[in-house]
Amino acid sequence: MSRSYDSRTTIFSPEGRLYQVEYALEAINHAGVALGIVAKDGIVLAAEKKVTSKLLEQEESAEKLYHIGDNMLCAVAGLTADANILINYARRVGQQYLQTFNEEMPCEQLVRRVCDLKQGYTQYGGLRPFGVSFLYAGWDHIRGYQLFQSNPSGNYGSWQANSIGGNSTSVQSLMRQEYKDDINLDEASAMAVKFLSKTLDSNSLTHEKIEFATITKDTTKNKMVCKIWKSDEINEVLNKYQETQRQS
Amino acid sequence: MESLLAVQGQDFVLTASSSSAVRGITVLKPDDDKSQILNSHNLMLYCGEAGDTTNFAEYIAANISLYTLRHNLNLSPEATASFTRKQLATSLRSRKPYQVNILLAGYETNLGKPELFWLDYLATCVRVPYACQGYSSFYCLSIFDRYYKPDLTIDEAVRIMKLCFDELKKRMPIDFKGFICKVVDKDGIREINI
Repeated sequence: MSRSYDSRTTIFSPEGRLYQVEYALEAINHAGVALGIVAKDGIVLAAEKKVTSKLLEQEESAEKLYHIGDNMLCAVAGLTADANILINYARRVGQQYLQTFNEEMPCEQLVRRVCDLKQGYTQYGGLRPFGVSFLYAGWDHIRGYQLFQSNPSGNYGSWQANSIGGNSTSVQSLMRQEYKDDINLDEASAMAVKFLSKTLDSNSLTHEKIEFATITKDTTKNKMVCKIWKSDEINEVLNKYQETQRQS
Repeated sequence: MESLLAVQGQDFVLTASSSSAVRGITVLKPDDDKSQILNSHNLMLYCGEAGDTTNFAEYIAANISLYTLRHNLNLSPEATASFTRKQLATSLRSRKPYQVNILLAGYETNLGKPELFWLDYLATCVRVPYACQGYSSFYCLSIFDRYYKPDLTIDEAVRIMKLCFDELKKRMPIDFKGFICKVVDKDGIREINI
């Protein structure tokens, strides 16, 4: 019986559910985990890089972390191909705003624009929803550092710490126990490594298995710095973490 | 034959716009206000082709208040100026461009400083400490050059404005029917009598 409702994106089931949207959310649960933590002086994003085959060329560039503008980064969980479309859209919207108003687009406005597009695919017929959740990390002069989470339904929320993708519930429960709101960026990065190492199956983390990005302010230049980390920088944090583990 | 003047002081912008509405050789109205309030701290003075001016000013005002409504956020003077410039630039490349020249006076509430922008129908946009639009610039810019300083108080700015009005009366063959003067500062926009 349910088949007559779940094959169309835009039709409610008798229980008032949109099956296609729920299936899209399910698709995200198969993706690697990504998490974000807001600190006093920045935000850290980290993501699990799933190694599918030894033969696959390990790209130096990140697969799940992207620049959106000068003040914004995002982490992806779900279908990367769908994400590319949305990231392209977000970048274009951000640059159009910059061209019109000569200032960076406030984070929430950009997040809302992308979510409006996602929402459209839950309502207009014949198309499937985007199978992507995002974590956006950004800074603007209105509300400072902000972390947003969005999903295929077009909902978004602002968070201090959150995670998306498979295993995200276990990361979230760790976050609830350990998050403090007066940490600095280094402590947040250490926390991110800890959460990842506790939730990923493998016993030792390497730079091939995770991706890292931070957004912070360069106080000397008075400019925001969005950085996706290189592998040696990731190794540095990992080594530091393993050092503290050994001591305790 | 219209005239717009504005000068930025230490914590305000003082603006003046001629109050005559003229068509050809006829004065249609002696109390025409050539300004449009865009939001609580942004005031736009406009002159140029009759019809284009009011239409364009209302278009910008509507869009700025739509932005405020949508995002619960006031656009800064610089963002407002950039937006207006962008609209003029788009219009310039259309079949019939708006022929509007603008002075935009604003107060940046976050930084606590006044800002003044000069724009013309070719979509030039410059931040300036004092500005004129129309023929009056031939007479008044020199007065501003002579008396302007960055830490002007409102009384000093009013005095400079009066010098400008006197000069225009003395040297120009046009009666502007007086000026409507407004102040933009931290408290918003208000009209004053000079």
